[in-house]
Amino acid sequence: MHGLINRAIQCFYRDTYGAPAWGDLVRRLELDFTEFEPMLHYGNDLTQRMIDEMAVTLGKDRETVLEDVGTYLISNPAVEAPRRLLRFGGETFLDFLHSLDDLPDRARLAVEDLVLPALELRDYGGNRFSLLCSGEPRGIGHVLVGVLRAMADDYGALVFLEHQGLFRGAENIEITLVEAAFAEGRSFELGMARAEGT
Amino acid sequence: METLIQMLDTLCPMHLVLDRTGHIAHTGPTLAKLRPDELLTGQRFLEVFELRRPRSVINIDDLRQHAGSRLHLRFRAGAQTGLKGVMMPAPGAAGHMVVNLSFGISVVDAVREFALTGGDFAATDLTIEMLYLVEAKSAAMEASRKLNQKLEGAKIAAEEQAFTDTLTGLKNRRAMDHVLSRAVAGPGRFALLHLDLDFFKAVNDTLGHAAGDHVLQEVARILVEETRDEDTVARVGGDEFMLLFAGRMNRKRLADICDRLIARLERPIAFGTDNCRISASIGITMSEDYETLDRALLQEDADIALYASKHRGRACHTFYDLSLRTAALATAPQAPGGNMTLR
Repeated sequence: MHGLINRAIQCFYRDTYGAPAWGDLVRRLELDFTEFEPMLHYGNDLTQRMIDEMAVTLGKDRETVLEDVGTYLISNPAVEAPRRLLRFGGETFLDFLHSLDDLPDRARLAVEDLVLPALELRDYGGNRFSLLCSGEPRGIGHVLVGVLRAMADDYGALVFLEHQGLFRGAENIEITLVEAAFAEGRSFELGMARAEGT
Repeated sequence: METLIQMLDTLCPMHLVLDRTGHIAHTGPTLAKLRPDELLTGQRFLEVFELRRPRSVINIDDLRQHAGSRLHLRFRAGAQTGLKGVMMPAPGAAGHMVVNLSFGISVVDAVREFALTGGDFAATDLTIEMLYLVEAKSAAMEASRKLNQKLEGAKIAAEEQAFTDTLTGLKNRRAMDHVLSRAVAGPGRFALLHLDLDFFKAVNDTLGHAAGDHVLQEVARILVEETRDEDTVARVGGDEFMLLFAGRMNRKRLADICDRLIARLERPIAFGTDNCRISASIGITMSEDYETLDRALLQEDADIALYASKHRGRACHTFYDLSLRTAALATAPQAPGGNMTLR
């Protein structure tokens, strides 16, 4: 698993529950390091163990933990980059949804060895969509639900989202765009790149 | 003309339509954003823009000659954002021209400066993708830079904690301190030698540092050859070495070892076509001469004995005894050579 993904999960936990809580988790996972390096690779099972351990510690199910990770990635001020990079996907939430098909390729352009799950958006008309998502890490669909919810807020759109479980081996998220311009949303300026950094 | 302008506003929102006299007849919507307080339409194109390439263009008829070729220009007033462009004669309308402009490489700054959004660029324009890449790559570079910094820090820390002198492969002062502490705490007897090369500075000064390094490596080899596995040899300074002989040693045997060491070190060391000549002065102290052992005191005493050897004319060894300390304290301020340090 790419270090960026593990690092994201680590930052979610540390920023949400505090550095001591992260320290405890490191000890329970018996890691011989205290933080993930975003540019290194780690074994896939470690990611799953980490999420399981978080779920047990927090008394939540792993789906909820994963969704919280997704929400954190977009809405927490400590991590501005994912939100900004996703906003490059389009001017409106609808454009953004359609840009998701390209997301793994976009990610690879930025970080060559970052492999994201394949995404496929299906448009059923009437503002109903489904997003099929296949690949590692298992449960990434729940992260996406959190990401989509936070991005909808960001665009000021009102959406219904539901993780439908597996469909032909892929995680299936049903999306209903109730209102594209429901609220003001957060502003997005293309040209903040160098001022903001990571 | 109306339909042409509609089409151009969508396909290339940074275009200008010029009339026959070179006045701006229409400004594309994104280009208009660059001068929000000013109406570009109606102004003379060459008065608004400075044509930087081709330089030969003085008037609008010159420009007409450059249809289809690459233009470099910038605003004459205000922020002098660099622009790239190309001009083609407009179809139909007599003498009209269309100039399409783009930011080129200055796009990252321009987008920030003029607060442009995705809608300001044509649907086919790759600017948004480029901005995405610039931002994503910066974030990735930042992560890499941090990792590199961390690794560099770890490398320095590892070097600081290392026990080996990288030039000679001998133990370093840190390692010697450890070994000596262990010997001081342990039951066994030992002897501590402090060896300082004579005339080494001359080698360095006349033949250069490469020769000096070579000599140090040869010295290290000799010291290792002349000692046993259970002994410790360390380079503790530029041309200073410390040797710890483990086990019961008598003065006669130590004196023989020192004579042999000095004799071997005095053999010329070849470096290229040159011969490097050095010698060594040695100070010795023995654990059996102390009631209680103290690492710092042992090192100091070996140092004092070494100084006495230097004082006696170098290339010799001296055993520490109390009278040396008194003598050293008396003469230390005028010590020649500057090798003496009382720690």
